[in-house]
Order: sequence, then structure tokens, then C-alpha cells
Amino acid sequence: MTGPLLSVDDLRVEYRSGRTRIRAVRGVSFEIRPAERVALVGESGSGKSTIAAAVVRLLAPAATVTGGGIRFDGADLLSAPPRRVRAVLGRRIGYVPQDPTVSLNPVTRVGEQIAEVLTIHGLANRKTARIDAVAALEKAGIDHPAERARQFPHELSGGQRQRVLIAIALAARPALLVADEPTSALDVTVQRRILDHVDDLTADAGASVLLITHDLGVAADRTDRILVMSHGRIVEAGTPEQILGAPQDPYTRSLIAAAPSLNTVGTTFLDRARLAAPAHTPADPPDAPDAGSAPIVEAVGLVKDYHSGGRSSRAVDDVSLSIRRGRTLALVGESGSGKTTTARLVLRLAEPTAGEIRFDGQDITALRAGALRRLRRRIQVVYQNPYDSLNPRMSVGRLIEEPARSLGIGSRAQRSARAAELVDLVGLASSVLSRRPAELSGGQRQRVAIARALIVRPDLVVLDEPVSALDVRVQAQVLELLARLQAELGVAYLFISHDLAVVRQISHEVIVLRGGVVVEQGPTEDVLTDPRHEYTRELLAAIPGHAQRPPHGESDAGTAPSTARAPSTALASSTAPARSGAHTTGDIR
Amino acid sequence: MSNEQGSGLARYVLGRLAQAAFVLWAAYTLSFLILWSLPGNIIANITGGQATDLTKEQISKIESTWGLDDPLWLRYLNSLGRALHGDFGISFATQQPVSRLVAQSIPPTVAIAGLGFLFALVFGVGIALAATRARWRWLSGLLLALPPLGVAIPSFWLGLLLIQFFSFAIPIFPSTGNDGFVSAVLPAITLAVPTSALIAQLLASGLQQALAQPYADTARAKGASASRVQLRHAFRNAVLPALTVSGLVVGGLLAGSVVTETVFSRNGIGRVTASAVSAQDVPVVQAVVVFASVVFVLVNLIVDLVYPLLDPRIVTVRRRRLPVTPIPEGV
Repeated sequence: MTGPLLSVDDLRVEYRSGRTRIRAVRGVSFEIRPAERVALVGESGSGKSTIAAAVVRLLAPAATVTGGGIRFDGADLLSAPPRRVRAVLGRRIGYVPQDPTVSLNPVTRVGEQIAEVLTIHGLANRKTARIDAVAALEKAGIDHPAERARQFPHELSGGQRQRVLIAIALAARPALLVADEPTSALDVTVQRRILDHVDDLTADAGASVLLITHDLGVAADRTDRILVMSHGRIVEAGTPEQILGAPQDPYTRSLIAAAPSLNTVGTTFLDRARLAAPAHTPADPPDAPDAGSAPIVEAVGLVKDYHSGGRSSRAVDDVSLSIRRGRTLALVGESGSGKTTTARLVLRLAEPTAGEIRFDGQDITALRAGALRRLRRRIQVVYQNPYDSLNPRMSVGRLIEEPARSLGIGSRAQRSARAAELVDLVGLASSVLSRRPAELSGGQRQRVAIARALIVRPDLVVLDEPVSALDVRVQAQVLELLARLQAELGVAYLFISHDLAVVRQISHEVIVLRGGVVVEQGPTEDVLTDPRHEYTRELLAAIPGHAQRPPHGESDAGTAPSTARAPSTALASSTAPARSGAHTTGDIR
Repeated sequence: MSNEQGSGLARYVLGRLAQAAFVLWAAYTLSFLILWSLPGNIIANITGGQATDLTKEQISKIESTWGLDDPLWLRYLNSLGRALHGDFGISFATQQPVSRLVAQSIPPTVAIAGLGFLFALVFGVGIALAATRARWRWLSGLLLALPPLGVAIPSFWLGLLLIQFFSFAIPIFPSTGNDGFVSAVLPAITLAVPTSALIAQLLASGLQQALAQPYADTARAKGASASRVQLRHAFRNAVLPALTVSGLVVGGLLAGSVVTETVFSRNGIGRVTASAVSAQDVPVVQAVVVFASVVFVLVNLIVDLVYPLLDPRIVTVRRRRLPVTPIPEGV
């Protein structure tokens, strides 16, 4: 029993649909030793999830293994009869799926779903399984485990459901845990606590881990060895120190350069865009404090209550904000923090219970139909998911022209000329105008959504998590584009995000929200380098990639003032020492 | 809290009952208006086609005994009032009380409809399970082609075919009549075919969808066998959309009984309907419409009340003890 626990040998997997064949995995070999934690890192389409699915025998019907083998504990998994495979799954290999919201059976109590693993493998009878399920829930860090066991999945939050799935995967004390992006659908602080918990539980049990992730920071923090995948092949393998410290492959280097969580010091896209922008830009005054310029949007004392079944809950509680022309304000918080509701209030898509909103000096709090419609021309929105926000039946050209057409701006010829200009401006080829969204990649779609928002020449664009559905390298490109467009067009952004590392790249000022209340606000650099509130520190600490960071300055020109910061005040080190609360010198408003 | 629960449930049930009552009233009123505005000589219908031989006095006497000289709105109110007491008047054709006529014909129809429903469930569920479990793609394709075929076969032809084979060629079942269980088998099969096709179709597509859901993968990753994944996990989720159309299923059985009972010369509500319609026996048709709507309303009421038990996500009554989100993670 000194050999590897799992060995994948020259694995090849193809997806077939009609006559097209996509080689998703093209000869991948690696081993996992007992108690070793290995990460497969790559972007969507790299084949990493296909490998996980092959190991737990959950390949989609369209996928075929065309070569190679998977051996677990010495036995071939691929050629074993179903009965033998079933004896291993759940018992010796635990699996944590990607999306906790859809991975639990909606009509079965969660306790039963955990107990099922034990009864299938004869590890408990119906009675003892129920008790063991409660114990497993407690171990997975769920409060009130006995009551929760009797609840249905829809009664739990996303993080709690992921804990249930982890309890299912670990209930039978497996030797290997396969986790496919286990926390990418969760808030950062929840992600951190859950991954901590998985670390503890697997370390206790001496289990090996195969972690599939798109996040090099997560991989570096949580595993002993990282395998970087691109286009179905492993392009680089090594310890986190090797991969992040001295990446050999150009692909790995581009991943590291793009990851906001690994670039928490140094120049930002904002700095670079400002340096690159032509000197005669209309609205954006360089980086002067520009205290004199009036805000384009200003909200004072916003309150939003929701009523349901006689109860009322306060989603937004006394939030005030102001954004100047050509600047970016970020609203940061986790789900339920009220950041999206606040943006909806500013957009006048929701009625504030109290408070006042002024746009370009005019009170818009009580604006009605016609005037509100004219306001729409000056405020536009870009949504999180570029897959859902573009009508699949319209051509890209029509999609981009749509807001101008529905608001009756310009002639038909003017609109299509403007659409062509915008496509160029957001860095797409003019040939996309006649294509449909389905033919574009996620990053291209988000560029289309940005072009669509800009066609009416708005003063303010609300960006609702615009990059969180994208791969890191694409994310970096889109952030760069947004920063450049702002420098060129002088548009203001209200940027909604849960990710402080992304926020740092793009925004001038930041408001941290929790439970509808502003916990901290101020210039981005000040808030991130010297957070005053405990919750902000927690958010910062939750950014993955603390264990390993590339030597700073790697991608920096060294000209921006922020690089001059001593490492001790940089974001990377704000975790533990800052917790003491000693830093109170920062001047926040 | 428990008080709030109780009143919530009571409000839900009362709301449903009020809805049901409205549907029944609307069905009665609509059918009354349509039936009485149909072209045709009512006197002739009552007297069996001899209206031309009648004198004026005889006609006016018939009109006054049947209340036909009253204005339509008064007749409507009178008949609605009587219908509420279970009195649907006298049949034009048989001169018998309509309520007794309909009441007598319900049990034989319930016999074949009930048996038919049972067959339909067995066939429908069986086909759906087999089609989604089949190891070979051709077999599952073949099984999935059965439901459209089942819907397409005309019932009268199927009935005649069954009689041909199982009454004449191999005499196992009687071809006609109302004598006990044996006589109900062939009509029940005739009724079951289109119904089972509907069930199979809905359930198979529900199962296919459910088996492709991530929670099915979670179950497979637990080491669950294919049949366990199908029966324990996919089935309960797939059954919900099928349940929603139970009203249609029951309606299909009632409608089917018209043809089936005629083909098999059986007494029942279908036969009564067929002869009442052809004789323009307005009171009988009116009573049949009310009966059918009562069945529909009852079935849908039951489904509405059962649904929350099968699908916990449908919260009609607050019964949570723990809040959903406010509890902080990992305390």
C-alpha cells in the first residue's frame, strides 16, 4: 500500500455531437498519493471538470473515454463492472459537485440524503444512519444539526447546502475526495470557511483531495501540488511555490498575471488606463482630488423595506453615496448585503422607502413614467451573466442598437454607424455585428453588453458583477476595457461586486455593505490597505492566495505611486496583523 | 405561531373551495345558455317528434307544464335553484327524473373508468420507467414512440379490434354488457390506451429531465444503483408535472366513455350522454355537464391539496421553525 491512491494514465476523453468531435482531454497523466492534496487548475473548457467526472464515472452521455486508464487503489476504475464501481463511489471516493443550489434532491430531507450514503454501503441501518447523518451535519459545521436534518434543501442557504454536500461526500470516510469547483458559487467569506472546514476534515481522516478550480489562489492555499491545464493537457505541474514563484509555462504566467487575487499590490487597470488615456479626454480629470466637480449621482439616506406575510425586512438601511463624473464607486458585499438593491434604487427600478436620489443635480426620487424614461437614456446597466442578458434571437448589431431604438435616438443609419463604432471601441471585429450571441464566447458577449450600454452615451453605467461569470484572463481583459472606456468617454461607473480584489483594479472609491448597512467607505486604496471595520478585514482575508503570492512587481511598471507602498501596508499582509485593530491612522472621510 | 398556521391553512382551503364553487356555477350557467339557445323545436323533442299534429291548446299546455312560457332568466333562476337541491328536472325523452337517470348510470362508468385508470397507471408508469432505463438506445426510442401511437389510435377502432380478438377469435371476455368484472375488462383497456399514453409521455420526459439534473449525479456519486437513482430520486420529482394534468387524465376517461360504452353496448354516463345529445334532451345534457364539472373540480381540488405534501417547495402554510438565511455561516 505504498503506491499512489489514484493514478490517471494518458487519459483521453472526447465529446461527440453529430459529426463534430471535441477532444476535451488529450492524454493527461497524474498520480495522487495517500493524504496528498492535488489541484487541477484551468479555465472553462480546459478539460479539468471532465477529468473529475471521469474519475467518479459521471461523464455526460455525449462523452467517451477514447484512451488511457484510471486506477484507484490498484484497481482499474474504467473497465470495472458497474457493481464494483458503485462499491467504490460514495464509500472510498467522495464527490462534492459544483453548484450546491441544484445538487441536492429538492423533495427529500437533507438528513435522509446524507443517511442514504451510509445505507447504500451497508455502513448503518435506517435508524443509526439517521443519527450518523446528524453527526455528519454537525461535523460539516452546520448549526442546529438535528433540526436542519429534517429540513428540505430550499430551506437552507447556498453555503449550508454546500456543507450538506460535503457531509454527504465525507459521511463514509472516503480515502479520496473529488471536489469540482466546490465553492465558486459562494461568497468569498463562506468559501473560505467551507474550504477551511474541508481542509480540517480531510486532514483528520487522512484523505486525499483532488480539487478542481479555476482559481490559482484557492489552489495555492489549499493543496500540496498544482496541475495547470489548458486545452485538455497538463501544461505545468509543481508545488504552489514553484507554480506561483517561478512559473515556466507562458500560459501559467498569463493566468497568474490576470488573477486579481494574486495581484493585490502594484498598478491597477485604473492606473494604466489613466496613463494611457489621451491628455484631452473630455471629462476625466487625471487623478486630482477634483473636489469641485459636482457628482453625477447622489443618494442620501436610502432605505428599502420589503414586506411579506405581515413581516417586513430592511434590505437597505440608510445608505448614502455619491459618484462624480468619470469616476467609479464600488458597492461591495456578500449576497444579502443590499448591494444590488441599492443599485436598483439608484436606477429607479425599485421604490425607496425613504431617502432621496439626485441625478445631475435633479431630484429623481419621485420621477414618473415619461421623465423616468428620459432618465434611462443617461443610466445604463450591464448585468452579471452575459449568457442570460442578451436575447439569443437578435443579431449583435440589433442588440447593440436596441436601447437607442427603443428610446428613439438617432436615425436608423446613425444608429448602425454608432453600433459599428462601439463594436470597434470594445475591441470586437466588425464581423460580429451580424452574428448571434450563441456564436460568441462569454467575454465577447460581455463586450457586446458593454457596447449596448454605451450606445445612448450614458453618464452612468451600473455594472452588476460584470466579470464574476468570466474566466480570470477574460476577466482581466474586460476590466481593462472598462477602465479604458472610462478614461476615453468620461462615463461614471457604479460597480457592484463581492470581490475586493476585482474592486481594487477598477474603482476609485468603495462602499462596503453588510446586511443593508454601510460598514465602511472611502477611497479604494485607503479602505483596502487600512481597513477599519472587522468585516472589511474579514473580506480581505477571505481573498484566496494568501499562502503563496508571486513576488510583487512582477507585472508592474514601477511608475505608479501604489508600487511605492511598503509590503507591510499592502493588501496581502492585511490579514492577521491588521486584526489586532492597531491601524487606526487611516483617514476615511 | 400555530394559530397563524391554522388560519393560513383554513384560508387556503376556503379559497380553493370558493374557486371550485365559482367554476361549477360558471359551467352550469354557460351550458344553460348554450343549450337553450340551440336551434331546434323543443316541443318536438318533448313529444317525440309529433309537434306538427298538436293543437295550439296542447302546445300551450305542454309549455306551461314544462315551464317553457316563462322568460329565459326566470327559467334559469328556477332551474339553478332546483339544481342546488339536486333536482335537474325531467328528461324530455324518457319523462323520468334526470337525477335518477344520471345517478343510475354513474356506477357502471366508474367501474370501467376506475379499472381503466388503473391499467393506464400501470402501462403509463411502466413504459416511462422502461424507456428511461433501457440500456439500448433503440429500445428506449421504440418505447418512447408508443405514447404518440397510443394517442393516435381511435378508441372505437381499438374497441372493435379488441372485441374481434378477445371475444370472437379467442373468447375470453364478453363483447357487450354490464355483467360484473369480466365485462369491464375490454372497455377499460380501450379507455386506458390514450390515457396511459398521456401519462407515459409526461412521466418519461419528466424522468429524462430529472435524471439529467445535478442531484441525480450526486446520488450516483453516492454509489446508488441506476434503479435507485431512478425510483428514489428522479421519480418523485418527475411525478409532479404529471400530477398537474390529472384533471386532463380524468377528463379523457369521461370523454372516452362515450365512445367506449357505445362500442361495447354498456350502460353508463357515456351512453346517456350520447343518446341525450342526439335527442336534444336538454335537461339530461345539462346534468351531465354539471356532473363532469364536479368531477373535474374535485380532482383538481385534491391535486391542489396533495401537491404541497409531495413538493415541499410549495409553501402554502408557514411551518418553518428555522429562518432560511439569517443564521450566520459556520457558527
